[in-house]
Amino acid sequence: MPKFLNSAISRRAVLGGTAAAIGALSMPSILRAQDRSLKVGIYGGYFKDSFDKNIFPDFTAASGIAVESIAEPTGEAWLVQLEQAAKAGVAPADVSMMSQVAMLKGQSTDLWAPIDTSKIKNYDDLLERFVNKYPDGRVAGIGAVAWYITLVTNTDAYPEAPDSWAAFWDPANADKLGLLALVSNSFLLEVTAKTFMGGTNALDSEEGINKAFEKLAEVKPNVRLWYRDEAQFEQALKSGEIPMGQYYHDVTGLAAADGHPVRSTFPKEGGIQDSGCWALSRASDKIEEAHVFIDYMSQPEIQATLSRKVGTAPTLKRNLLDLTDDEFASVSSDIDPIIPRYDLYQTKSDWLNQKWTELIVG
Amino acid sequence: MRREAPQKLTDYGPLAFPAIMLIVFFVIPFGTMISVSFFQRLQGGFYTPAFVFSNYERFLSLFFANVLGFSLMLAVLVAICCVAVGVPFTYMLTKLSRRSQIVWMVALLSVLSLSEVIIGFSWSTLFSRTAGITNLLVALGLMDKAIALAPGFPAVLTAMVYQALPYTILVLYPALVRLDPTLTEAARTLGATPIRAFFSVVVPALRTTILATLIMVFIFALGSYLLPQILGRPQHWTLSVLITDQAIYQSNMPFAAAMAVFLVLVTLGLVALTLFAGRKREAVT
Repeated sequence: MPKFLNSAISRRAVLGGTAAAIGALSMPSILRAQDRSLKVGIYGGYFKDSFDKNIFPDFTAASGIAVESIAEPTGEAWLVQLEQAAKAGVAPADVSMMSQVAMLKGQSTDLWAPIDTSKIKNYDDLLERFVNKYPDGRVAGIGAVAWYITLVTNTDAYPEAPDSWAAFWDPANADKLGLLALVSNSFLLEVTAKTFMGGTNALDSEEGINKAFEKLAEVKPNVRLWYRDEAQFEQALKSGEIPMGQYYHDVTGLAAADGHPVRSTFPKEGGIQDSGCWALSRASDKIEEAHVFIDYMSQPEIQATLSRKVGTAPTLKRNLLDLTDDEFASVSSDIDPIIPRYDLYQTKSDWLNQKWTELIVG
Repeated sequence: MRREAPQKLTDYGPLAFPAIMLIVFFVIPFGTMISVSFFQRLQGGFYTPAFVFSNYERFLSLFFANVLGFSLMLAVLVAICCVAVGVPFTYMLTKLSRRSQIVWMVALLSVLSLSEVIIGFSWSTLFSRTAGITNLLVALGLMDKAIALAPGFPAVLTAMVYQALPYTILVLYPALVRLDPTLTEAARTLGATPIRAFFSVVVPALRTTILATLIMVFIFALGSYLLPQILGRPQHWTLSVLITDQAIYQSNMPFAAAMAVFLVLVTLGLVALTLFAGRKREAVT
């Protein structure tokens, strides 16, 4: 599930991921010994397992390039490792799956080798938000996987699905919500801006952000749980203990399919869409292979396979995909999503974090 | 067996291993933490070596003072509860037969095998509205309808006392077992009730042990970061929770290190004060 991708992971998961990454670095899992190979960094755990099983063997068969998949820790530890290795001219992985904030931080030191878009056949079919560009227009990364955080409810407690994020502000829902505990993974500022302030552009100024914080403060009495650990909220949602909140669309869908009384709704303001990019380290000498890989991953058939097998939202325009309506609805929506303001988490992270902590703790 | 003072350098040999362990696993990491706490945080990046006080400056605010105050208050309360429950319990435990003492000790030690995560999730289930203990009270006709007992301060306190109690008993047990039974017998002969004998003879005789136990549980409770998160509301989050946020989620190591250094200093200060006060009182009596 994409939840592993998020930075809202337990400390144990981080430690485990780091340990896994160190283990993987010392013992790369080479699929097939061949002349051409590519080291691909991918979030350890669910993602690496799914890609190793469903995606990489087919890629090797199609391209003749062997993939060494390397489990990378989530958060920023991998960025730091890539950065320091690149200074020494080494690339622990040629291509890595990176979070949007990590992409921006890497841009500041020119860590990402520009991608030649003429070598990506489906480049023009990519949704614009999945192309990560340097300020001067060079392409730093291409969307790898995407997932949604939506409005989730317990169907026993809420026979009618709410249709707007404004439900969080409804006084009738006092002490009923479970929300993510950090400013940088809950994206509630963006939700507030889109729902009440006309869009996330309202967060451009410090004044706008302060207004969003003020509006968000009204949600506090409704919140029962500010969670860092997903299992905690998922359990409470299923049992009806905490009947409403924000959660991952695909995981909620799986829980509903298992018979639990839960549902995920795309509010009319849109679900929150978070994503990871494929990026190429400037220290890598496998530029050719990396382009073949990114090109392969951006094909409609592969994106459809990812949606079906891994549960991620496609990075390409929908009309190119052969996903049925049900398959598409289980991973995505046509409603215009709320795209997090990643730039803020790079330029104003400490200020936002301090304001946020004071808001929910104070 | 007579012990001689070490004569030659090699006589200190047996100390080498613990000393190396202490240096490698405590002195060096702690030194690293102190130095990192003075490094320059790069927003949108990581940090660079420097010597700045900005991380400490950020900490010196009313907001963090409140969080620190709450963390200390919580740890003190946990320590007092543990000792209040632990001393009478251990005292009665030592009066039992050898066999039942072993059974009790094994049961208590098995609690230590539970991780903080399991303890936290178990208590959150016990305190929940849908599956918690209040359902039992409803079934017994003592309550009208089931309610949620978590998140809240009592929930945090209960789980933390539960977690620290086995340690408390383990520390108290040796002292209580060695307590001379003739002391209470004498008190009883002189006409004291068992309860009076316990409070006027047993407790004063154990003053040093009780003080040491309080300090140990206090420090143990101060480091707790998972239980306040699982069972508390944000206002019940301890400083350790905020340190974790900074270190893991904000990758702001310098600030996390500064907070941790501050926490250690305040803790050491409080412990020193307690010991000092204890010694002074001993000198008076």
